[in-house]
Amino acid sequence: MENDQDKVLNEVTTGEYKYGFVTDIETDVIPKGLSEDVVRLISAKKEEPEWMLEFRLKAFRHWLTMKMPAWANLKIPEINYQDIIFYAAPRQKPAPGSLSEVDPQLIKTFDKLGIPLEEQKRLTGVAVDAVMDSISVKTTFRETLAELGIIFCSFSEAVREHPSLVQKYLASVVPYTDNFFATLNSAVFSDGSFCYIPKGVRCPMELSTYFRINTSNTGQFERTLLIADEESYVSYLEGCTAPMRDENQLHAAVVEIVAERGAEVKYSTVQNWYPGDRDGKGGILNFVTKRGMCKGDDSKISWTQVETGSAITWKYPSCILRGNNSTGEFYSVAVTNNYQQADTGTKMIHIGKNTKSTIVSKGISAGFGQNSYRGLVKVLGKAEGARNFSQCDSLLLGDKCGAHTFPYIEVDNPSAIVEHEATTSRIGEDQIFYCNQRGISTEDAIGLIVNGYAREVINKLPMEFAVEAQKLLQISLEGSVG
Amino acid sequence: MKSEFLLQIKDLKASIDNKSIIKGLSLEVKPGEIHAIMGPNGSGKSTLANVLTGRDLVTVTDGSVTFEGRNLLDMSPEERAREGIFLSFQYPIEIPGVSMVNFMKTAINEQRKHRGLEPLSASEFLSQMREKKELVEIDSALTNRSVNEGFSGGEKKKNEIFQMAMLEPRLALLDETDSGLDIDALRIVANGVNKIRSADTSVIVITHYQRLLDYIIPDFVHVMFDGRIVKSAGPELALELEKRGYDWIRKEADIAEESWITDRKL
Repeated sequence: MENDQDKVLNEVTTGEYKYGFVTDIETDVIPKGLSEDVVRLISAKKEEPEWMLEFRLKAFRHWLTMKMPAWANLKIPEINYQDIIFYAAPRQKPAPGSLSEVDPQLIKTFDKLGIPLEEQKRLTGVAVDAVMDSISVKTTFRETLAELGIIFCSFSEAVREHPSLVQKYLASVVPYTDNFFATLNSAVFSDGSFCYIPKGVRCPMELSTYFRINTSNTGQFERTLLIADEESYVSYLEGCTAPMRDENQLHAAVVEIVAERGAEVKYSTVQNWYPGDRDGKGGILNFVTKRGMCKGDDSKISWTQVETGSAITWKYPSCILRGNNSTGEFYSVAVTNNYQQADTGTKMIHIGKNTKSTIVSKGISAGFGQNSYRGLVKVLGKAEGARNFSQCDSLLLGDKCGAHTFPYIEVDNPSAIVEHEATTSRIGEDQIFYCNQRGISTEDAIGLIVNGYAREVINKLPMEFAVEAQKLLQISLEGSVG
Repeated sequence: MKSEFLLQIKDLKASIDNKSIIKGLSLEVKPGEIHAIMGPNGSGKSTLANVLTGRDLVTVTDGSVTFEGRNLLDMSPEERAREGIFLSFQYPIEIPGVSMVNFMKTAINEQRKHRGLEPLSASEFLSQMREKKELVEIDSALTNRSVNEGFSGGEKKKNEIFQMAMLEPRLALLDETDSGLDIDALRIVANGVNKIRSADTSVIVITHYQRLLDYIIPDFVHVMFDGRIVKSAGPELALELEKRGYDWIRKEADIAEESWITDRKL
């Protein structure tokens, strides 16, 4: 019986990673390694203004004084920063004006990933910024959006075209000194997406960035800056994949969100970086700093993430609730299978009066996976009437994986109400058999149970993403249950 | 070659963790028949249900089981279910987060796929749900919840009968379905069974007590002791057991005292 269980468990958790291909394309690569010269070189390649270079250099000098954080519940292989390429770009004219100027190979790559760059081919209203390795390849629907005054472009372009906005908001939520990986990103970030929604505008389509790592030995350091001006609304999606490679690849991104008075931002991620093979070889090391600032009163930021990829995930999408009556939400499903490790969660910092936050975290561990929830709810002294509700659930598949919860609660205002609920459960042999007895195969039973478990979070995703996320959950647990 | 029997068990022996539980059991069930299997705790009744549904904690060591002339023991649990074997669980399992609607829809469409039929459309499915809910008098609210989650004992049993009505099995096994039911729930469950019984559907009622058989009248009553059927007769046997207990059967069948004491629960 034990053997049978292991067998099915193995079958369900050994789904193939279907985005593991490599695109053969001419790439502009700088030599390996990191130094002040490399930082200058990246800045020069991007023809950046002096203030941008200054920002990078400040960050780099600060980074040299920092040590990699060791507090996460992760076993991180040593990262040799001199062995990483910090800039790789598919060779093409910068920021192509029309699709005909984009290399057909790139178009094919994104087609294969299910991200057609041809606007007329897109049935759903999603505007995409496609980023390959270090640069933005193509942003769709720009003209449509521009009519409403919405700026949606690559970060590099924003630096050139909208310097005052970038200067005003860059590092205003994640300062360059914030943490080891955010500081590294500040020094060497290559590209990413920039988005500005003007006052009172409700963005009519989903905005989306699709990140693709292609070149080997390359680190990806993208930076996203999203500004929702007063009374505006935007829903933003982020997807990512990478080829299968035996060596680890570093991904250290920064996402900053600013929500002004009355603005609402929904940020959804389906993270599907290459997780490494069944024995834990290779895979993306994902160290990401995501933070939103509810700057104005009555603003709202909502993070939804489905994390199925990466060998290591270190990620805490957070909200600083500065405006009165502002709201922060975090909905997360994190899957660790085989030898994947995840230490993920959120921080909700209540500063304004009557601020509210909700945390729903669902961890799923299978194989030898280790899944940790780490969260901080902090209520400052002036945050009269702050409310938080946290729910952390863990689901275990098999008996060789682990689930851990590290909730931190710091409350300095006596009127605050903070609630925390946690559960741990496992998919039992009896549940599977019950499904079997109704004609449902073991794999489908696991799909049903896992999707049922994650439903609360998946329901928060935009429709097209929700379907993809459901499939992804099932695939990433393929072969894992019994 | 089509057999006249829906189910044919020949000289079955089965064990759990190397402990012999079923020790040579034979049983033949024709389409449309209702059989009751009675016996004291630990006689192997539930183990028999586990063998028939393919639960892997039971090992079949000898004998054969055919279903419509095909070797049942070769089939996976889900295949058996799709072929039309339904077990009403003694202890129905809770599956949090999975809605009854989604669960039932998946089950029905798997069965239809197996039989080469197109999946039911949402409206066909929902009207079938409605119809069967009325048939088994199950509270509408129950089917809007997660599978068995937070159901009372009686609600769980009614939910089993509802699922049975939805799946329209060829062979329904009711494992101690009467346990823990008050008289109203018992009547509802029995009515549900009586409504789905047909010339095509056979039922095996596994029970400790006679009272369910007041409502579901069996064609045959078998008494199990120590892994064997020791006596078979018509429905009058159930009444006699109710009056006289099991002890006289043990004497009649000349079963050793120690095996009678074995009080094994599964």
